[in-house]
Amino acid sequence: MPDTPTKKLTRKDFTSDQEVRWCPGCGDYAILAAVQRTLPTLGVKRENTVFISGIGCSSRFPYYMDTYGFHTIHGRAPTFATGLKLANPELDIWMITGDGDGLSIGGNHLMHVLRRNLNLQIILFNNRIYGLTKGQYSPTSLVGKLSPSTPMGSVDNPVLPVGFAMGAGAKFVARAIDTDAKRLGAVLVRAHGFRGTSFMEVFQNCPVFNDGAFTDFTERATATETQLHLEHGKPMIFGKDKNKGLRLKPGALELEVVTLGEDGITEADLLVHDERNRPLAFLLGAMQPPEFPVALGVLLCEPDDSFEDRVLGQVERAIQKQGAGDLNALMRKGHIWTVT
Amino acid sequence: MDTFAAKTQREDLDSVVIRFAGDSGDGMQLTGTQFTQSTALMGNDLATFPDFPAEIRAPAGTTFGVSGFQVHFAAHDIMTPGDAPDVLVAMNPAALKVNLADLKRGGMVVVNTGTFTKGNLKKAGYDNDPLEDDTLGPYRVLKLDISKHTLAAVEKFELGTKAALRSKNMWTLGLMMWLFGRDRQATVDWLRQKFAKKPEIAEANVAALNAGHAFGETAEMPSGIGCYQVPKAKLDKGTYRNVTGNEALAWGLVAGCKLAELKPVLGSYPITPASSLLHALSKLKNFGVVTFQAEDEIAAVCAAVGASWGGALGITSTSGPGVALKGEAIGLAVMVELPLVICDIQRGGPSTGLPTKTEQSDLLQAVWGRNGDCPLAVLAAATPGDCFYMAIEAVRLATKFMTPVMLLSDGYLANGAEPWKIPDVNALEPFPATQHTAREGFHPYLRDEETLARIWPVPGTPGLEHRVGGLEKDYNSGNISYDPDNHHRMVKVRAAKIDKIAEHIPPQDVCAGPEQGDLVIVSWGSTFGSVHQAVRNALAAGETVSHIHLRYMWPMPRNLGDLLRGFKQILVPEMNNGMLVRILRSEYLVPAEGLNKIAGQPFKVSEIETAIADKLAASK
Repeated sequence: MPDTPTKKLTRKDFTSDQEVRWCPGCGDYAILAAVQRTLPTLGVKRENTVFISGIGCSSRFPYYMDTYGFHTIHGRAPTFATGLKLANPELDIWMITGDGDGLSIGGNHLMHVLRRNLNLQIILFNNRIYGLTKGQYSPTSLVGKLSPSTPMGSVDNPVLPVGFAMGAGAKFVARAIDTDAKRLGAVLVRAHGFRGTSFMEVFQNCPVFNDGAFTDFTERATATETQLHLEHGKPMIFGKDKNKGLRLKPGALELEVVTLGEDGITEADLLVHDERNRPLAFLLGAMQPPEFPVALGVLLCEPDDSFEDRVLGQVERAIQKQGAGDLNALMRKGHIWTVT
Repeated sequence: MDTFAAKTQREDLDSVVIRFAGDSGDGMQLTGTQFTQSTALMGNDLATFPDFPAEIRAPAGTTFGVSGFQVHFAAHDIMTPGDAPDVLVAMNPAALKVNLADLKRGGMVVVNTGTFTKGNLKKAGYDNDPLEDDTLGPYRVLKLDISKHTLAAVEKFELGTKAALRSKNMWTLGLMMWLFGRDRQATVDWLRQKFAKKPEIAEANVAALNAGHAFGETAEMPSGIGCYQVPKAKLDKGTYRNVTGNEALAWGLVAGCKLAELKPVLGSYPITPASSLLHALSKLKNFGVVTFQAEDEIAAVCAAVGASWGGALGITSTSGPGVALKGEAIGLAVMVELPLVICDIQRGGPSTGLPTKTEQSDLLQAVWGRNGDCPLAVLAAATPGDCFYMAIEAVRLATKFMTPVMLLSDGYLANGAEPWKIPDVNALEPFPATQHTAREGFHPYLRDEETLARIWPVPGTPGLEHRVGGLEKDYNSGNISYDPDNHHRMVKVRAAKIDKIAEHIPPQDVCAGPEQGDLVIVSWGSTFGSVHQAVRNALAAGETVSHIHLRYMWPMPRNLGDLLRGFKQILVPEMNNGMLVRILRSEYLVPAEGLNKIAGQPFKVSEIETAIADKLAASK
């Protein structure tokens, strides 16, 4: 019998007794803290909460959560989550992955879980480097990355995680920065509320192998100029003086940064964020500094049926229509004969 | 033995082997299946062997596009689809070219002369028309322009030549049903049901079927061609049906989950010859079966493991290449000690190999094919019907011992059919799985003292929140441990648990011949039929030889070593280059020898008989 705890859970209730073993200063600590702080606010039950990961630094995450957790094999976390959800759709599943686990070895599974819209939350820790194997370049590393396996610099073009997700048909795509606790927490809350696959890319600093990979837009001093925080239904404004905005460049399917008050630009000229506008979300996700700010928050949110609702709905309908299966009857259907 | 002496009355035959052969687009599988159904309804024992090319539609008329279906039916119990056909139905020159050499001398060949055009002869590689030279000299030949007869039979439906000719397999089936005294009604019913939405197609096919039958009744047959009947076989009392291995396997998995009181969750990726298992289970949604066609083999097995962690029974179905891909995830299931049933419907390998041909070459992969010391249980079904019972065993052992179980079948069992006495599911012994709920003293790696099985704590259970994963676990807490002594202990415990299974399976029996002697034939999997028949024939001829057939491949029954040591010679026929023979030699230090056939085809009874005779002669 499940006994629902009446006392309000706290961050401590979600913290396991295992010693956290990430490097000092790792962005993973901040994400762990944000998740542990957010869960009690969601009213979830510990016994129904599950963290599933693949392999990599970030994939140690489940060991530090006092919930159910499964540290699986490299790249395959989405598939274990799929089977688990089909076994018990009541479970509330969080999947932890990284740029290597999710976009390299596990790229295929990530694509398919996104297009299926299985109801779970995916946090992809993007540090643009392989940490656990000691510093090789990753599929999100920028061209020219010097690493033990690329002493003359990496030559392959990086993948854009949110672009990949949207291309795969993701219905919920968001982005946050590891140390921006407040906004990361808000994204976690939104993701949890979405019934389907909610994909979150979190920019996570690896102080050992790729320190400062994101400083061009995460430095607090310049953040207001380099970050655009999206809000559904609100005009896209940023800048220290809140005087910069985004609009569609006239005559082109491109964004451009404009300054309010210059050349007669007013707030009415700016784009208004619409989470259901997929082409817009794609343009926003592709913005790169220094020409553009980096778009953060919920880029896309298009509610749809979840995978497990559809799969298990068919099972239910089959039972309603045909009645609960009778194996003896099934095996005696068709051509049978009796030997006496 | 010439089974086809000319007579005007229906002549009783003890057994007949017919091979239907034609282009892969000629509908030979369907023709064979319908003939089989009517034969089963006549009360004969039977066995079938469908043999089709890997190409879905190979270029018409070529030898590599030839599709065959062999059915063996008899007035007594039979074990195999027959070594050589008594009757060959060749729908085109290529079918004749490919199959004629297998036909018994003096056997009957039915040829559709309408397809023996210059072009088709050339495609089949005939320089001269075999109907004109002495190629068919040793056989009794029924030359008919089946194409022309079919067109005439369905003329009134105005289907157009191409569509009309599609019914020529039904015309042929009608003729064969007349020749062997089979009833057409089941096929008529089936056609009307299959083409319920296209009644004119249904009726055209029925007309062709009837016309073929009428032709047999009225036409004057050439000398040597008579008409025959095969009396009913004496079978055990009960209700029977035809069943293929994959059908029986699907039902066995559902039955096993019912007995274990678990929801089945199948993760699968289409692969020959396992896909029909995915199809069969996908149709059983009203049995609460959840099927998931995954994006690849790895996703399929991982989803099954995830489902098992969640308290369902995870199942995955595949063939050899798929097992190779699943290896790492199976290792995880061994490490986290979760139940999992892996159905490996073996095919010719290595690599893509011979996808549509049968082989037993995954045994070593099943027993040893993972990184690390990674033991699990391996079972092998002996016949199509046995797939049902071994599937139940797989579920029982997987849940009792919290372990992956690999169930080996093969292409021959999967597609082959046999009459099967339908069991009463309600009479099977239930084995409800227990999931752990007690909080006191809980850690996720608590074990049953007797079986050494880990407990099964399922997410959603309050108070048992815990983490599992692929890293080594501490024996006493389930936490991650890199301690050297602990790893040694855990490897030993995982092995000991699998070894314990041997105490919970039936002891090995000797299924024919004495319990000790000069020679024992040890087989496993789908070779059961031909080996058993060969041993019975040798025993009937007064020879002394025994047959041991293994269904529990790992761990092996406790008494197997003692049994084997009771024989001077041990011969192990396998459709591989020697796998079981290696295991027997290494486990029991016995002088087992292999008899290997790696042709993508099952053993013939005669091949085993010859090997038995050679062994016995050598020992005299």
